[in-house]
Amino acid sequence: MLIRETPSWALPEREATPEPLYLNRRAVVAGLVAAGALPAAAGTDPGRLARIPARRTRDAGEPPTPLADVAGYNNFYEFGLDKSDPARNAGTLRPSPWTVRIGGLVRKPLTLDVDRYIAKAPFEERIYRFRCVEGWSMVIPWVGVPFASLVRAVEPLGSAKYVAFRTLADPVQMPGLRSPVLDWPYREGLRLDEAMHDLTLLTVGVYGRRLPNQNGAPIRLVVPWKYGFKSVKSVVAIDFVETQPQTSWNMATPREYGFYSNVNPEVDHPRWSQARERRIGEFRRRETLMFNGYPEVASLYAGMDLRRFF
Amino acid sequence: MRVLLKPSAHAVMAIPLALLLFGWAELLFWNPASRALSAEPVAYTHNALGLAALRALVASLAVTPVRLLTGWGRVMTLRRLLGLWAFAYAAMHLLFYLLAELDWSLGALLAETAKRPFILAGMVAGIALLPLAATSTGAAIRRLGAKRWQALHRLAYLAGIAACVHFILRVKGFQWEPWLYLGLLLALFALRLAPRAGLRLRPS
Repeated sequence: MLIRETPSWALPEREATPEPLYLNRRAVVAGLVAAGALPAAAGTDPGRLARIPARRTRDAGEPPTPLADVAGYNNFYEFGLDKSDPARNAGTLRPSPWTVRIGGLVRKPLTLDVDRYIAKAPFEERIYRFRCVEGWSMVIPWVGVPFASLVRAVEPLGSAKYVAFRTLADPVQMPGLRSPVLDWPYREGLRLDEAMHDLTLLTVGVYGRRLPNQNGAPIRLVVPWKYGFKSVKSVVAIDFVETQPQTSWNMATPREYGFYSNVNPEVDHPRWSQARERRIGEFRRRETLMFNGYPEVASLYAGMDLRRFF
Repeated sequence: MRVLLKPSAHAVMAIPLALLLFGWAELLFWNPASRALSAEPVAYTHNALGLAALRALVASLAVTPVRLLTGWGRVMTLRRLLGLWAFAYAAMHLLFYLLAELDWSLGALLAETAKRPFILAGMVAGIALLPLAATSTGAAIRRLGAKRWQALHRLAYLAGIAACVHFILRVKGFQWEPWLYLGLLLALFALRLAPRAGLRLRPS
């Protein structure tokens, strides 16, 4: 007998609300938010977003980067190329309601209703270092759950070796899609064991509240030992696959951005050194740490030539 | 009107520098939370100086085409002024790079130049501007002779192209902005060559 245990935050077909109804509900909620009666589920002003209760389980040992910078200095090319563009332009993103389709080589594919998930799942606050491939870095208190918990819920088949992630690509919500800078939609991927590592965080919040739109609302990945572009934002689809998936920056410039893209001070970007980084708020650069200071992931790459698999 | 042309050009050229100086003063002296220079003031300053250099260089290379197109002779008095601003911004761009990224190490600058094509392109642009700035006086023109001086100053084209290549190679992925500057430069060159090809740019 097949017993199908559906997690409480999975969206059953029968509950999919007809669009006119939820659009109407959204108008009512938006009215309450505007009147200040409800904290916002979405927006670019981080101070107005709804809080998410979370228990701190990991500290970075140094003070977090101010929220103004975390939510004001972003690479999110779907909203423009300048780092101040996303905070200015991402107001058009509608991260609530939002669903993520999780499928591919899994026993129990599911559609995740993010609002429901945020209401139910037990979240952790983890303060991680965040290192951009461009040479700057931040320290960020994320709110999320280990991605492994989601992997276990869908039960990947033995043939699943990689996980492919896809960001929303809606030209109505994302003015930056007009730019040919990348082949949209934005795609990222991890090896299954990387995705299952306890550090890999399925993230719904920052600084104790829901993610601001410019930070990848409503749900994103955070992979702290890899360059920031691997931490894919505003995810709409997750697929378990057999072969290494295509990833956007690797497709754009394969010589410069590898599939792995682990933070590695010894492997330079062809155009600049990765040996040092500038922490936002500091003038002088500091040394970049191997795996961004997360040596516990080294065993994932035992025996691999990290210059070749950069 | 007559007397104001050069001072106005100086004022316009000084705007990026004034904004940067004001931004740093604000950050250092009375408002450490200021984001006027973005969250990464060092990178912002570096990029702003480079962009100001490129814009001034394009402006100086536009002077002759503007005269050819409009017949407005007095615009020629701006050519040296704009070129010197381009050199000044390029020099500040390089010095700021040495200060903020390389700890004043000329060895590191040489190593980076040898290793990275985009740095090499930037250095070519900067070095090409150096003899132009050094021979920008009337005395230098007399000493060199107008013909040789003019030949030397064709290096400005090289500097412009090299600066665009530096910019194109620097950005992530494909971006239009540096290509727009390159397109503008090529259009300006074409306008200069038009009279030689026997084309009339304005009715006479």
